[in-house]
Amino acid sequence: MALDDQKPSGFKFVGTSPDRPDGLDKVTGRARFGADAYAPGMLHGAVVRSPHAHARIIRIDTSKAEALEGVKAVVTRADFVDGLQGEFGFVLENVMAGEKALYDGHAVAAVAASSQLIARDAVKLVEVEYEVLPHVTDVDAAMAENAPVLNDSYADASVPAGHHPNVVRYHDSGHGDIDAGFAEADLVIEDSFKTEATHQGYIEPHACLASLGGDGKGELWCTTQGHWIAQKTCAALVGIDTSQLRVTASEIGGGFGGKTTVFIEPVALALSRKANRPVKIVMTRSEVFRATGPTSSTSMDIKIGMKKDGTITAAQGIFRLQGGAFPGAPMEFSAMCAFAPYALANVHQVGYDVISNRPKQAAYRAPGAPMASFAVESVIDELCSQLDLDPIDVRLKNASREGTKASYGPKFERIGLVETLEAAKAHPHYSAPLEPGQGRGISCGFWFNHGGETSVSLALSEDGTCQISVGTPDIGGSRASMALMAAEELGIPYENIRVTIADTATLGYNDVSHGSRVTYASGLATIKAAKDAVGKLCKRAAAKWGIPEDAVYWEDGCAKPSGANAGNFDPMPLAKITKSMGRTGGPISGHFEATPEGAGVSFGTHIVDAEVDPETGKTAVVRYTVIQDAGKAIHPSYVEGQFQGGAAQGIGWALNEEYIYGEDGRLQNSIFLDYRVPVASDLPMIDTVIVEVPNPGHPYGVRGVGETGIVPPLAAIANAVSAAAGVRLRHLPMSPPRILRALKDKG
Amino acid sequence: MQYHRPTSFNEAAALANQATGETRFLAGGTDVLVQLRADIVTPDTLIDIKSIPGVGDISQAPDGSWTIGIAVPGAEMREHVQLGQDWPGLVEAMDLIGSTQVQGRATLVGNLCNGSPAADSVPAMVAAGVELSVTGPTGNRRIAAVDVPVAPGRTSLAKGEVVSAVHVPARGTNAGDAYLRFIPRTEMDIAVVGCAVNLSLDTEGTVTAARVALGAVAPTVLLVEDAANALIGSSLDDKALDRLASAASAACNPISDKRGTVEFRTHVAGVLAKRTAKIAYARAQGENT
Ligand SMILES: Cc1cc2nc3c(=O)[nH]c(=O)nc-3n(C[C@H](O)[C@H](O)[C@H](O)COP(=O)(O)OP(=O)(O)OC[C@H]3O[C@@H](n4cnc5c(N)ncnc54)[C@H](O)[C@@H]3O)c2cc1C
Repeated sequence: MALDDQKPSGFKFVGTSPDRPDGLDKVTGRARFGADAYAPGMLHGAVVRSPHAHARIIRIDTSKAEALEGVKAVVTRADFVDGLQGEFGFVLENVMAGEKALYDGHAVAAVAASSQLIARDAVKLVEVEYEVLPHVTDVDAAMAENAPVLNDSYADASVPAGHHPNVVRYHDSGHGDIDAGFAEADLVIEDSFKTEATHQGYIEPHACLASLGGDGKGELWCTTQGHWIAQKTCAALVGIDTSQLRVTASEIGGGFGGKTTVFIEPVALALSRKANRPVKIVMTRSEVFRATGPTSSTSMDIKIGMKKDGTITAAQGIFRLQGGAFPGAPMEFSAMCAFAPYALANVHQVGYDVISNRPKQAAYRAPGAPMASFAVESVIDELCSQLDLDPIDVRLKNASREGTKASYGPKFERIGLVETLEAAKAHPHYSAPLEPGQGRGISCGFWFNHGGETSVSLALSEDGTCQISVGTPDIGGSRASMALMAAEELGIPYENIRVTIADTATLGYNDVSHGSRVTYASGLATIKAAKDAVGKLCKRAAAKWGIPEDAVYWEDGCAKPSGANAGNFDPMPLAKITKSMGRTGGPISGHFEATPEGAGVSFGTHIVDAEVDPETGKTAVVRYTVIQDAGKAIHPSYVEGQFQGGAAQGIGWALNEEYIYGEDGRLQNSIFLDYRVPVASDLPMIDTVIVEVPNPGHPYGVRGVGETGIVPPLAAIANAVSAAAGVRLRHLPMSPPRILRALKDKG
Repeated sequence: MQYHRPTSFNEAAALANQATGETRFLAGGTDVLVQLRADIVTPDTLIDIKSIPGVGDISQAPDGSWTIGIAVPGAEMREHVQLGQDWPGLVEAMDLIGSTQVQGRATLVGNLCNGSPAADSVPAMVAAGVELSVTGPTGNRRIAAVDVPVAPGRTSLAKGEVVSAVHVPARGTNAGDAYLRFIPRTEMDIAVVGCAVNLSLDTEGTVTAARVALGAVAPTVLLVEDAANALIGSSLDDKALDRLASAASAACNPISDKRGTVEFRTHVAGVLAKRTAKIAYARAQGENT
């Protein structure tokens, strides 16, 4: 799309921050989340899970469970489709184990019973005989020569010879001459980093209500970021036609990438088919931790060369990501995002996707990027401090700009990194004095953003109001943004528009709410659908006035004749046209569908002050500022919410959140007491600055904002903590015991 | 599951004595009900002791000692001005437990009898010298709080025994207590180390009596005599504080787990002991901290 297609500034609705349309329902409890669905005759499902990290399943005896009063169905792998290949095969293997249990918590069977308590008891009556196998949960250990083999057929052709079969994918990219670049440097720093796996930590556990008849027709209600992918996947796993399964997305209590796949949904469908009754499954928190997708843990080596003036001469990174028992760890995103903020003549990045006895990783906000950014930006920080250079000046000197050849290949279009750095430098936070014991850190971060398959329909009502059906579950206030964009185009008040997340039977395929794509892609489609309706409105007015269609234009919610030649007619408001639409040609709707390709990339810069208690190693984040390019903030307050949310989750990841496995390969901390997300009192007020460098690929200039905000925090906090503690922290999370150890080792 | 709601401690004790299988008393339920729902313990017999007369009362005897009913929740202790003036450490320890919602229910005795080595109010009770009345099938006895926990999840109470009251000594003059816990966050976490200090001073500011208790660093709460001795006779100078820290660390017998390593807990026990002692000392001198 050309920039000249963009709406000029002077928006009426866009850029305001009205209350979200789903707000009242959410604060009064009327909103219906995944677990809030009920059906007549409904059964309750529960899942039998492996207590072992790695075990061959010798035998499953379901007879005692089936004999329990109230139990209506028991399913195992035999109740699903056989022989699925590729990602569907991995998903099936993950939602119901076949020959082997591959991690603590892996589903091996499921029951449906007339009450939750009976289902819980029935789970204990399913007898599973295991042959326990050696396991591995650490990424470096899983790549080592003698590591236990999970599956020797998962590696694809990208993996060079000589690697352990647990290395299943390989990535190698870059440009220039690395050795020549390092030779030019005045200082080269090479260092290794590790990060532990973290969970998205959404408050709402996975929940669904499924009904599947013997005729192969089904209904599914579930909490998801994408009901079309759920439809397609579930249909494949239980062996029915995609269109015969209607999926409705509930209100969603957080997803952050973790609800872009299915876990219990196919299981509930299989149970329902067997019991011939609707089946509801709600995960416990412990199941969420043990058996849904956390992010990858990593091990990384970074080498960067710099001249005395701050010019980066060469950069190299090796990113090893453990993604659980199946291929898919987003190591190529780590590799591609790591150096993206910098214009580098010589850059080389390598990625390894490694399987281990942990749950299958799932996307988590900018998958793969935050860890890579932590490692790279830590080394840049160290270079700046050893060369006595200002960290913002150095980043400005090397910053990617329009026309820069990105570290991952293409040339950047118009981007806003420099603007975020300049805003950071000018921000009062950057020059504020620090108290003793405090340190300041900064970091940049990058995320691609995404377009994806998108379809939106819009219909006008006879009273002049508007209803919009979008296919992307609202995970961040997007219904408000859609309504604002439609209000802008139609020229009617925000309150006169109702946006609904349509079910799979109502629209064509919509890609998941991920990749920060919703305000960009569904927004673009909403604008285009509104334009489609506006065209029809103008046509009706033209017919009424008896003038040519192209002699009518749309402004401020009215059709108007385009000039004196067109005739002298009073502006015709939308409501007047819709009032008579039944008689003037029928309902007026608008529709748009596409796979838009112009999602503009986004950069951010974060400033953090941290205070470390040298006696206990405990860190407090005392001040935090997020500066990020939003392209155009449709609803500024929700844009700020995304910035703050990314920072808050980043603080958890940096300081205390981690998957802790015991010697036995079992997850030790599968409840929120011991999986330590930050609580409200752990967080400072997170200040935000919205930079707006319009994206040429969107009519209003929107760039996705949902993910970039979690890329810089790990590094920015690590840089602040390292400055405060006087020692470089290379292992996340920087929990008090790790910091105290580092302080002791420093002496 | 059998649910009972006795109206006297004798009845409660008799019910517990006759019960078979798992028996739990239901005070605030913030451990019992959570364990039930999480499928950790499903009691065969549940004895709700909140309908026994007087269990919600806080009262002070003429000698200045306090009696706290076994169903008094943390929120009521916190709102009791006089109790808070006498025993700020005990009240702040109880107040650390959980959230506002949990505070409306959770009790001292529940915290003690649940048997968690990390229970927050327990070191404070031990440092304060709290004693408990216990009603059993064969009569009543009195037992020191420090003697209740015997192992993680286990108490010295015999079958059929129920705690019927909490006795907190008279505060006395020039005395103060304090409790601090270490958690990696600021709220809603479990103590990695807990420390309570209770001090009495003479008019010169010299420590005449001290009790130092540590939580989460051993299978049960520790009353550390060497740590108390490090303070007695001092006016909390740096040397005394260093001796205190060493004694506190030396007493630790922790485990390494998801919440902290042996090394970390041992070190932080010393750090916390110092910090807690300073607060208790300031309070004993009449400062409002
Ligand atoms: C969200 C949350 C946060 C929490 N945070 C903390 C925290 O920060 N620190 C902390 O220490 N704890 C915490 N807890 C645990 C719990 O709240 C405390 O242990 C609380 O003090 C228990 O008191 P209760 O009255 O609810 O006990 P209940 O659950 O009623 O009982 C607990 C145990 O004590 C026994 N019992 C109760 N009364 C008697 C009696 N009179 N005689 C004999 N036995 C008795 C019961 O049989 C049972 O075994 C938390 C719990 C939750 C749910």
